[in-house]
Amino acid sequence: MELNNVASLAYFAPELLLSGTVAVVLLLDLVSDSPTAAGIVAMAASLVTFVLVAAGGVANAWLFNGMIVFDSFAFFFRLLITLATIVAIWMSLGSREVKRCDQGEYYAVLIAASLGMFLMAEANNLLMAYLSLELVSLTSYILTGFLKHNRRSQEAALKYLIYGGVASGTMIYGMSWIFGIAGSLNFGMINGALTHSGTGASLGVFIALVLILAGMGYKVASVPFHMWAPDVYTGAPIPITTFLAVGSKAAGFALLTRFFYPAISRLAANGSWQALAGVDWPQLLLIICMITMTLGNLAALQQTNMKRLLAYSSIAQAGYALMGFVVLSNDGIRAMMFYLIAYYVMDAGAFLVVMIIANATGREDLDAYRGLAWRGGLVPAVALAIFLFSLTGIPLTVGFIGKFYLFAAVIRGQFYILAVVGIINSVISLYYYLRPIRTMFLDQPNGDEGEVTAEAWNYGLMGVLAAATIVLGLYWGPLIAFADRSLKFFTGPT
Amino acid sequence: MPGGLTLNHFLVLSLIVFAMGLFCVMSRRNAIGILMGVELILNSANINYLAFAFYGGGRYDGQIFTIFVIMLAAAEAVVGLAIVLAIYQDLRTIDVDATETLSG
Repeated sequence: MELNNVASLAYFAPELLLSGTVAVVLLLDLVSDSPTAAGIVAMAASLVTFVLVAAGGVANAWLFNGMIVFDSFAFFFRLLITLATIVAIWMSLGSREVKRCDQGEYYAVLIAASLGMFLMAEANNLLMAYLSLELVSLTSYILTGFLKHNRRSQEAALKYLIYGGVASGTMIYGMSWIFGIAGSLNFGMINGALTHSGTGASLGVFIALVLILAGMGYKVASVPFHMWAPDVYTGAPIPITTFLAVGSKAAGFALLTRFFYPAISRLAANGSWQALAGVDWPQLLLIICMITMTLGNLAALQQTNMKRLLAYSSIAQAGYALMGFVVLSNDGIRAMMFYLIAYYVMDAGAFLVVMIIANATGREDLDAYRGLAWRGGLVPAVALAIFLFSLTGIPLTVGFIGKFYLFAAVIRGQFYILAVVGIINSVISLYYYLRPIRTMFLDQPNGDEGEVTAEAWNYGLMGVLAAATIVLGLYWGPLIAFADRSLKFFTGPT
Repeated sequence: MPGGLTLNHFLVLSLIVFAMGLFCVMSRRNAIGILMGVELILNSANINYLAFAFYGGGRYDGQIFTIFVIMLAAAEAVVGLAIVLAIYQDLRTIDVDATETLSG
């Protein structure tokens, strides 16, 4: 069904709550002197949002006259993005860096970014896609540069801004060609126009897709639009790095999938997708995917800063997730969605441990981890080991299950070269994921690394994430079933 | 349209503006210069939307998109200039090469 503006509001409660929270947090900052009030309100709001999203269920509908689509796929990503927001706020409340910032503005912008990601996951119109992507981008620039008089933070914000501005500009230029060829901005109508018009403008469509890929590829940090990621992840406050790594990337994948699958591909009767005739974007993305994971892994090998190492690792992880994207089947998308959850759990965990160490020692380089297990940091050391094993894809962790589904989809789609490249990459990544583990457990501390003390707040979240990594690695049935159920796109009222 | 202008004239114009914007972004080392290049890219897209909307007939989607792009370009300029200003206060330069502390 297609709903008008007023009728749509009933399904829009979580987004309305987030919008209201932005204003409330900003105003609260003016009247309250408490250093944590803004954070607690933001936390409460995002918890309520989670409940609203979960309780709201799914209504297959176009909201706001087709600007936004509310289907199972959007439901899945709304949940994932809310979880990412909760983790980011939780970490912000426990972060020493963030405590020195203006609290009200920080949380208001953070919630606004979360709202933008919601809209990215639901966008059903090129205008909405652009607006939501820009809402996420603009707030991310601000959050990245939030550490005043911190040179790295400022520089990261500048680089993010420049790459982001060019990428989104290129994207809307590509969108203008799609608009010209299809005659509409609505995804459903674009699909109708492109799949029926034949091959008349296939070259034009292909060039437009390459241009659009600049904007969307930049959000998921895939090659060649990844250059901002290492600098931004290193310079930004760690909670924001986490938020960008898990939330922004998930939203990017949601938009990418929604645009490249239901908007411009055709769903065949046997459940596989067909690209438009003469528009061979899967081949292009296949190459991008292989380069992304290889480049991410090779660059990570020589990093000595943990944030930077994890940044390159997250580029490589985006490459793995893209493996599910390029095979053009529902199996692949399901594997990608499962992997995004797995990635959320393990990557947020890894960044959280980095934050705990940075809180205690003020350092992020690998030397600060020397002998961590033997100088009071046994618990974070074990947790980080679990997260890194999971990122590598060692069995008994959720990362392994995620990779298993990805490789299964790739092999079923008969993309053997991609499977081989993926496996070689997993082996390469073993080297740099094991290095911090060796440093933490086998090296002896020098004594200049600084004390690590237990902080209940951060250790609590770390325990939850570590437990989730293990439990989901042993008992993943409900999660894959959920991803399976969520794999339904609403393509318009018939 | 008077003067014998066709859709193609506008598309070529927008392509030229887009190319100039990209060139500007890649060749400038001054942060403000790069932001101006981004504006050119955005405006090349605007020309396309208006041209397609005018010649394609139908609804006002193209014009509305353009209005939103103009507004967002302003928002982006605000955030961009704020970041550039913060950099200038710290480093006394807005040359993007001079700010190179993160690399590798």
